[in-house]
Amino acid sequence: MKHFDIAVIGGGAGGLAAAEKADRLGMDVVLLEREPFLGGILNQCIHHGFGLHHYKEELTGPEYAMRAIDDIERSGVTIKTDTTALDYKKLGGRFTIRYTNAEEGERTIEANAVILTSGSYERTAGGIRLPGERPKGVHTAGKAQRYLNIEGYMVGRKVFILGSGDIGLIMARRLTLEGAEVKGVAEIKPHPGGLTRNVVQCLHDFDIPLYLSHTVTDVRGDENLEGITIAEVDDAMQVKEATEKHFEVDTLLLSVGLIPDIATLGDVHYAIDPRTNGAIVDQTYQTTQDGLFAAGNALHIHDLVDFVTEESLRAALQAAAYVKGEVPPREKQVDVVTGETISYALPQRLNGDYLDKSVTFSLRSRHAYEKGTFLIKQRGETIERFKRRFINPAEMEHLVVEGGRIARGSGVEIILEGSS
Amino acid sequence: MKKELICIVCPVGCHLTVDEALNVSGNRCKRGIPYAKKEMTNPERQITSTVRIHSEVFNRLSVKTSAPIPKAKRFDIMRALDEIDLTPPVETGDVIIENVAGTDADIVASRRIEK
Ligand SMILES: Cc1cc2nc3c(=O)[nH]c(=O)nc-3n(C[C@H](O)[C@H](O)[C@H](O)COP(=O)(O)OP(=O)(O)OC[C@H]3O[C@@H](n4cnc5c(N)ncnc54)[C@H](O)[C@@H]3O)c2cc1C
Ligand code: SF4
Repeated sequence: MKHFDIAVIGGGAGGLAAAEKADRLGMDVVLLEREPFLGGILNQCIHHGFGLHHYKEELTGPEYAMRAIDDIERSGVTIKTDTTALDYKKLGGRFTIRYTNAEEGERTIEANAVILTSGSYERTAGGIRLPGERPKGVHTAGKAQRYLNIEGYMVGRKVFILGSGDIGLIMARRLTLEGAEVKGVAEIKPHPGGLTRNVVQCLHDFDIPLYLSHTVTDVRGDENLEGITIAEVDDAMQVKEATEKHFEVDTLLLSVGLIPDIATLGDVHYAIDPRTNGAIVDQTYQTTQDGLFAAGNALHIHDLVDFVTEESLRAALQAAAYVKGEVPPREKQVDVVTGETISYALPQRLNGDYLDKSVTFSLRSRHAYEKGTFLIKQRGETIERFKRRFINPAEMEHLVVEGGRIARGSGVEIILEGSS
Repeated sequence: MKKELICIVCPVGCHLTVDEALNVSGNRCKRGIPYAKKEMTNPERQITSTVRIHSEVFNRLSVKTSAPIPKAKRFDIMRALDEIDLTPPVETGDVIIENVAGTDADIVASRRIEK
């Protein structure tokens, strides 16, 4: 059986960054990618809006991927594309990973540490209990994006989109440019899910109506989709009477959220955070399973690829430290709790014997605020404060606490005091 | 009369106000100013799309305009892209159409496809 220091599962932005970094740190690294190409979701995100933080210039998704692919191809990483990781086992402190590809068939490799960068999957019609029939023509927006931008076929001509996340907005523009008629976008919340700039350049630019506080209440069609109905919802998300609008469409796209994809697990167990649907990790991005690390969308959903890259670089640094035996065993644990106004924060736990190193918290606010202050507290005392402007649930915040600031003895509390 | 705009130059999305003399406020960085002026006079956009390619892995090559183009020319550019039929190899940045739809901008490949 072939042995590696680190196996990286998934060759999107996260996996590419993690594998290349670990290689630079002297690790023997293997990268497994299910698709025939590297780059993950970036390959289908042909629009601009990537790289402003990490590369200080605005790139399209494929251009961002190309930079990371060029770097990995120059590295010593063993790259296996068209290769699916099937499951993992842990024996005597080491992982065995079973994978399959056309060339080698089914094989098993061994690694001291695994970094999970397997990305996300889309919430489907079943996942949101979409009412009505299930005729042909109901797709998730990301699938439709892949059909159009990689495989090269249109999903339909008369389209309605449910969900105003960035994927839905980007697809509204993309399909309109390709000659489809996008009749509208419905969003159940009172505010758009995606970035304001995408509402402007994807909807306003093409006069596509956005129905806020609306949801789909009926889907019609025997074999093929014939039409849908939307209606307004109140504050309690209950449908208001006599607010229905009908649309004749052949396509309904669902852009209703991404979920971390951590399905391939086999016997290796670890704890999940119900707030992120991803793993619970400590400041090394190690899950509750020793030696199993997670980063990128496989850990929690990111809106900016730059943050996926940066998180994966941090995870790789720590995975390499773990392999070299530089991370102390997790004997003393410090829990991280968050106040009401924060929807989640990572890491959820800290290794109490590793607090001499800095800790990066990634978190999201529950509400939008003009200004706010994040407070890091221990035993009721503020040990660090971070002022931020324009806090928004759609934008992830990062707080870096220098080594030595957090004490070993008691839990950490993160609080956001916001004002509008 | 003052006009409200949302800057789309970067994902921050500042709410800008522009007056008759084209004075801009609300911008969090200096890139918001030329954007607002342009938007009031001759709005421009970047176009990203795909063109046909006969590759072993991809059926489409992603492309972009090399510079922002007048918003009114968007659909002319899309029509020009329909005419393209490529075979690999293509390198990131290769010019696919020069001076597309008379805009002075080129259509360039936004990725590499080797085979
Ligand atoms: C439509 C859309 C628009 C976006 N727009 C922007 C934007 O404008 N700006 C921005 O900065 N960010 C944007 N993002 C976000 C950003 O692109 C993503 O967060 C980022 O690319 C995710 O990277 P990742 O490596 O975590 O996951 P992915 O790119 O999903 O990579 C995961 C990889 O793992 C592979 N994999 C999964 N399971 C296995 C297995 N068992 N074995 C082997 N391989 C496996 C998959 O094939 C995939 O290649 C957008 C995302 C989407 C979906
Ligand atoms: S003004 Fe500057 S910071 Fe604000 S959206 Fe425009 S480019 Fe971004």
